[in-house]
Amino acid sequence: MKHLFKTSAMTFAILGTALGGVGVAHAEQSLTIVSWGGAYSKSQKLAYHDPWTEKTGDKIYMDPKSAQGLAGLRSQVEAGKVTWDLVDMLEGNAITACDEGLVEEIDYDEILAPAPDGTPPSQDFIEGSLSGCFIPQIVYSTVLAYNTTAFPADKQPSKVADLFDLKNFPGKRSLEKIPDGNLEWALVADGVAPDKVYDVLSTQAGVDRAFKKLDTIKDDIVWWDAGAQPPQLLADKEVVMASAYNGRIFNAQVNEDQPFKIMWDGQMFELDGWVVPQGKLTPELKKYLRFATDTQRLADQAKYISYGPARKSSVPLIGKGVNGVDMKEHLPTAKANFFNPIKKDAIWWADHGDEMRQRFNAWLSQ
Amino acid sequence: MTTADGKPLKVSLRRALRRQRIWAFLLVAPLLLFILVTFIVPVFNMALRGIENPQVHDIMPQTTSALKAWDGEGLPAEPVYAALVADLQAGYKSKEIGKVATRLNYEKVGMRSVIMSSARHAKRMKDGPYKEAMIHVNRAWGDPATWRLIKRESAPYTFSYLLAALDAHYDDNGDIAMLPQDRRIYVPLFIRTLLMSATVTLFCILLGYPVAYLLANLPLKISNLLMIMVLLPFWTSLLVRTTTWIVLLQSQGVLNDLMVWLHVIDDQGRIQMIFNKTGTLVAMTHILLPFMILPLYSVMKTVPPSYLRAARSLGANPLVAFWRVYVPQTVSGIGAGSLLVFILSIGYYITPALVGGQSGQMISNMIAYHMQESLNWGLAGALGLLLLVIVLVLYSVYNKFIGIDKIKMG
Repeated sequence: MKHLFKTSAMTFAILGTALGGVGVAHAEQSLTIVSWGGAYSKSQKLAYHDPWTEKTGDKIYMDPKSAQGLAGLRSQVEAGKVTWDLVDMLEGNAITACDEGLVEEIDYDEILAPAPDGTPPSQDFIEGSLSGCFIPQIVYSTVLAYNTTAFPADKQPSKVADLFDLKNFPGKRSLEKIPDGNLEWALVADGVAPDKVYDVLSTQAGVDRAFKKLDTIKDDIVWWDAGAQPPQLLADKEVVMASAYNGRIFNAQVNEDQPFKIMWDGQMFELDGWVVPQGKLTPELKKYLRFATDTQRLADQAKYISYGPARKSSVPLIGKGVNGVDMKEHLPTAKANFFNPIKKDAIWWADHGDEMRQRFNAWLSQ
Repeated sequence: MTTADGKPLKVSLRRALRRQRIWAFLLVAPLLLFILVTFIVPVFNMALRGIENPQVHDIMPQTTSALKAWDGEGLPAEPVYAALVADLQAGYKSKEIGKVATRLNYEKVGMRSVIMSSARHAKRMKDGPYKEAMIHVNRAWGDPATWRLIKRESAPYTFSYLLAALDAHYDDNGDIAMLPQDRRIYVPLFIRTLLMSATVTLFCILLGYPVAYLLANLPLKISNLLMIMVLLPFWTSLLVRTTTWIVLLQSQGVLNDLMVWLHVIDDQGRIQMIFNKTGTLVAMTHILLPFMILPLYSVMKTVPPSYLRAARSLGANPLVAFWRVYVPQTVSGIGAGSLLVFILSIGYYITPALVGGQSGQMISNMIAYHMQESLNWGLAGALGLLLLVIVLVLYSVYNKFIGIDKIKMG
């Protein structure tokens, strides 16, 4: 009995060391990447995480915490214990994180891969998107979509102003419960040119004007706060029109055969991409970044989700999606869709966001 | 007088008592330590967050000390601008300046851009004079209001967050003023939170009192069964109970379906009972009911039934006997239950978040919002501090008028 105990104790000890050893080796070659979860994380997994694991054997752990990305970064850096290797976030949050020194500055031409024809990254990514720390991956859009069966065939909505036209397009609308986007659309519907929206919003009178326009449909709005809600609300005919992320509407159109249509007029586009937390810019991570943001990888991602690649050189390489749909037609950046677009001004929102949200919340509860 | 070993009795007794006291202390020490680490320290930390203001003070030390001599009239002199440029350069290099930008932007919209763009320009500045150069970089540096703001926020502690939590702010002249009506949210929300908690408490008394009475007075067999029915929901997860109410009350839910089926309402006229104030009130009352029933029950258990019989035999009718003899003996239970329910509901978070919609949100949802979304932890701390003060004030009012020693759990 005593003997048996000794042997098993030793076996465990050996096993423990062996496992521990594996664990350590393993930890060196694994990356924890924070992203948005759902269909978006899946597109990243298929387009670059899986190919990278296949190529190098490195493990990639996906953590769907991007919604709390900035808060998480702040508390991790403050506590001096950063566990994330790469964080997916919106451009606006990335700029704030960069200003506060939470994330690493990136030398784009050194770290990222050039385009196949040799164009350096600084020329290849969308103009003005390389702001210092932010590595853009996709362009996505918040669009207005509607259920085609809710209106007669000869009288379908087509422009932002129709969102506010209760007489010709009656029914409930669903909008996101944040001021972002809604204020811009209110002004565009009120006759402001898309590229002048932020000039107008910078004045008190402009903000009043936007809220006054929103007042006209306030009683007919069903507010949403998760991206999956608007397609559901449209499908259930709880609402006739809704703002939504274009990828979600695409998914409903193609994979669920819903009779939805996007009015691309006044689409609000913004960039989403990566930041590297303070102290995490290791040689290993640099290699991964170079791979995952190269021309082919970003083009591949568009196969799985209808968001536009942030590299110009990726666009010609986009082919048919997994279900045989020509993806190019469905991207927010496609020529036919890039109609009267509003570029969400990340700097303006960084400055005015708190004030607008406070005013918006007060407006909601009135 | 001495003990057997020759020591004076007094000394010996004192020693024995001291040993006892040390033992008692050692026994509660783990609990004290636990409370200190998990409660007192975090509460203190939160309160501190609500008033501390290290950003400008620590990251712009030269400007802070240079501004000490400035009287707040007109523009400060050249040395202040030189200090500003030096601080911006250092802050840009250490990447800390963004914290100042975020902090000042809370006070005045647009300051984030002012600080960040000035820091980028300051990086390239070599020699003075800096005053003209900085005003050229950004007009804000030519506005005395900007300087008054920085001087005010360069103190290591601030009332700004507390003011913001009361829907007030410092105006451009540095005077305290209320925000315009269309931007006030926290005071109305505090009032709503208090009113809703009071309503929930009232509902709990109305619904819980009869149940507790039955529990205490029915034969043991039946009352045991009843007790299990009270305790079973109490032991069920709060999330399960909250989501069950969604299933029951939503517009396509059980209750609406039933009413449509019975032709009480038609299919178009389904009643909105959840994702608003009603939803929060119903779900919270249900969840907090056991906290009212249990203290009431244990108090009622101690009321001798012979008192009621005596009252009846002395000629009181049942109602009078109940109201004048029975109820007064249970007041301490009502007090304990109300205090429990009220204080629990004032800080309720998850239930309003799930079933409250827009009109059923409470102040803790706003605190969570500032912790997780807007990341204004100072404001979250100030709101938490105010909530704590409100609870303590209510508690002391309660103590003054009813007396905390009157509370009985049984």
